[in-house]
Amino acid sequence: MTNPINEITEHAQMMLLIGTNATEAHPVIGYKMRQAARRGAKLVVCDPRHIDLVDEADYWLRLKPGTDIPLLNGLMHIIIKEGLEDKAFIEERTENYEELKEVVASYTPEYVAELTGVPVEDLYAVARLYATTDRAMIFYTLGITEHICGTRNVMSIANLAMLTGHLGRPGTGVCPMRGQNNVQGACDMGALPNVYPGYQPVNVDANREKFEKAWGVSLPAKIGLKIPEMFEAAHKGTVKAMYILGENPVLTDPNANHIKEALDNLEFLVVQELFLTETAQFADVILPAASFAECDGTFTNTERRVQRVRKAIEPIPGQANWQTICQMVTRIGYPMAYDHPHDIWKEMASLTPSMAGINYDRLEKESLQWPCPTLDHPGTPYLHAGKFTRGLGLFQPSEHIPPGEVPDQEYPYLLSTGRILFHYNVTTPYSGGISSVWDKEMAEVNPVDAEKLGIQTGSLVKVTSRRGQVTTAVRVTDRVLPGVIWMSFHYASTPTNELTSAVLDPVTGTGEYKVCAVKIEPI
Amino acid sequence: MFISGQKRKGVKVLKMVSIVINGKEVEVPAGSTVLQAAEMVGIDIPRFCYDPDLSPLGACRMCVVEVKGNRLLPAACVTPVFEGMEVNTESEAVIEARKTILELLVANHPLDCMTCEKMGDCKLAEYCYRYGVKESSFAGEKHQYAIDDSNPFIVRDLNKCILCGACVRACEEMTGQDNLSFLYRGFDRKATTAGDVDYIESDCVFCGQCVAVCPTGALTEKSMVGQGRRWEYGRIRTTCPFCGTGCNFDLAVKDGKIRGVLSNPEATVNGRMLCVKGRFGWDFIYNEKRLTTPLIKKDGQFVPASWDEAFDLIAERLNAIKAQYGPDAFAALSSARCTNEENYLVQKFARAAMGTNNVDHCART
Ligand code: SF4
Ligand code: SF4
Ligand code: SF4
Ligand code: FES
Repeated sequence: MTNPINEITEHAQMMLLIGTNATEAHPVIGYKMRQAARRGAKLVVCDPRHIDLVDEADYWLRLKPGTDIPLLNGLMHIIIKEGLEDKAFIEERTENYEELKEVVASYTPEYVAELTGVPVEDLYAVARLYATTDRAMIFYTLGITEHICGTRNVMSIANLAMLTGHLGRPGTGVCPMRGQNNVQGACDMGALPNVYPGYQPVNVDANREKFEKAWGVSLPAKIGLKIPEMFEAAHKGTVKAMYILGENPVLTDPNANHIKEALDNLEFLVVQELFLTETAQFADVILPAASFAECDGTFTNTERRVQRVRKAIEPIPGQANWQTICQMVTRIGYPMAYDHPHDIWKEMASLTPSMAGINYDRLEKESLQWPCPTLDHPGTPYLHAGKFTRGLGLFQPSEHIPPGEVPDQEYPYLLSTGRILFHYNVTTPYSGGISSVWDKEMAEVNPVDAEKLGIQTGSLVKVTSRRGQVTTAVRVTDRVLPGVIWMSFHYASTPTNELTSAVLDPVTGTGEYKVCAVKIEPI
Repeated sequence: MFISGQKRKGVKVLKMVSIVINGKEVEVPAGSTVLQAAEMVGIDIPRFCYDPDLSPLGACRMCVVEVKGNRLLPAACVTPVFEGMEVNTESEAVIEARKTILELLVANHPLDCMTCEKMGDCKLAEYCYRYGVKESSFAGEKHQYAIDDSNPFIVRDLNKCILCGACVRACEEMTGQDNLSFLYRGFDRKATTAGDVDYIESDCVFCGQCVAVCPTGALTEKSMVGQGRRWEYGRIRTTCPFCGTGCNFDLAVKDGKIRGVLSNPEATVNGRMLCVKGRFGWDFIYNEKRLTTPLIKKDGQFVPASWDEAFDLIAERLNAIKAQYGPDAFAALSSARCTNEENYLVQKFARAAMGTNNVDHCART
């Protein structure tokens, strides 16, 4: 997020939500949005589903799944046509405006209404509202990034914010809300194939030399494989061995069957996990993991805030995860020894300029948002004040990219997936309390379709895509549009990701979880 | 909106007024209430319905004070200070009034403090102790409400409810769920769900905000029932492992075991707010399916092994694969659920020990 969470209640006059069901995926952020809306801030929800926040919204743009880019282009078209763009901001802080103008020129309100299903007058109202509200924040999550065009969607959102100068000030900004608790931190720490901690590219000689010196080994310059490429390579047999820490791609990755085949094909697999998950079943060696309550360390939240995780009880497997990793790596032949997670942090911070000012002593007293380059630096609540990281903000316009797979005669329904409040990927099903109340998948189907199919709430159906088949109970509700079935991916008994699409965003490799074609048959 | 909140956020309140509290002259920010002003100078005024994180209600009258020139006893939580104000927070009349309120509450309260979950952290008991109220001179009817424990998270014993309305406001103002309100009149008045049904039948999302603000034993965490007295718990502040919001809370630990999650008002992002996952999802830690020892697959079966055996096998196989196929035949998948430190070690493992940049994590899921 460019801006802090607390600006929602303290500064924002308007919130524009695109593909984010905050009250379920990020509940406390959702509560704050609700508080702000009730206090008078304008709320616009762009979502095909009738999510809870729709009830608080001034406008609900119920766009057809997969039409985010035309919607955003349509809003920009109106803003430019009416002369509501922030000319000074565009002039001083951006480049490539002419190309943007050209691309969005063809997205007339009428054309966009036809593509997205959003009425023309709502397009006008929201475009004017966003452009003329001083402090307006945009929020998005998986709804935006889990498309074939995920990267393009994100760029289009940035375009809209730059066009109207909604960046670099309190109560503005573009706020992607990261799904899992430490997605931000995993990226920051360099658990990525192309960068060291702090986004320092591995193929820049000076970076590599710095890390080679610190770690006492020579390091590869070649950029590594992204997750889907790893599994592809495992399929082909070029990747022979894997180590997987605390993730369950068999349940959470799109196209689960493909992942299973890849894991099966490995010569050697190590999994470090809390439970014998679907993925751990494929392991040759399983190392028992410790939970968050059993380890010292830090998490970094979606607003780049580094906060302490504290050991409350002794590790149930007998040792903390960092100890296990160190012992394992030392045995492999590369000595790794630390006395405490704080020493690991210190080593990382000494190599990572944007984190250099953060240490556990400071975190005892305060939480800090990076960049925080020095010990007396207060941290950075919002980014892009005065200038962008790359200097000028670059407009990167996009044309509409239709979903990779659309319903047809054989697979007439559109499957869309997401998260429900009560679950969190892989751990909550192990919470006795939570799973006793929400124990099975309840796929959402519109009443119109339910009648056609002859099913009711509680009925069991078979859902089939070109890649797989699952069984699920249904809930009949007009939260979803006719022609759409909505499912979560939290339950091993209904592994929704066996259905989802193998089409990937060409830039990030994100699976297209949100849209694929299926057929539904009552059982 | 409220002074205490503004102070936390570092907003400067400029104008000051001077008032006299209990004979002491003090300077306090204009616009403070008497209760806040007293708090600033270390004087504790009893309160039931006042909560710094909720809108003021001014209903319980426990916070009454004497103000010179005012024949009535105004409620400190809703009375603003003014220049030259003279306040007595513990005058005889004030104490009398508070005792009467306590006696009325006690008359209709199950006095089973010895087995009550909230003993040690209950405002009713605290103030009865402070003012020496043992029993009530008001003999009367007592409520006989059934206890609502039909959900796995919250126990609701409305016989212990003092109608402060904090739960109603927390549900509405913090979560925005509007699941609670006052129903019925007079003796039957009740802070409850629409239709007066059990929580599990209502629109409750089990955020537990109502539990966090309840001053008595009316709303308690089910996981903590019978596990310990409130003062026996160690409180370890930590960060929620369930989503990217980064809420903080305290793990309540006794005898080396976690028994519950308690809100921590100092939490930067969330204050006392949490969601069902953060507040009640932690019990996965003690799920009997937790792995406790390394496992090695032999003939398709997982067999328990020692750490040494596991590490030896890993070292042997990974080194052999690296020697035969080169470093890029290895790939590591790190975790967006694990700590920064663990992620740092995993990428260092791949890069420094295995010699490959094949490291990624499931950020994309
Ligand atoms: S748990 Fe949350 S939603 Fe349920 S009644 Fe309490 S405050 Fe309201
Ligand atoms: S249940 Fe607790 S918080 Fe709610 S009104 Fe009763 S005493 Fe107050
Ligand atoms: S308590 Fe809920 S909203 Fe807060 S971090 Fe945890 S899961 Fe997210
Ligand atoms: S605390 Fe002031 S009236 Fe209740």
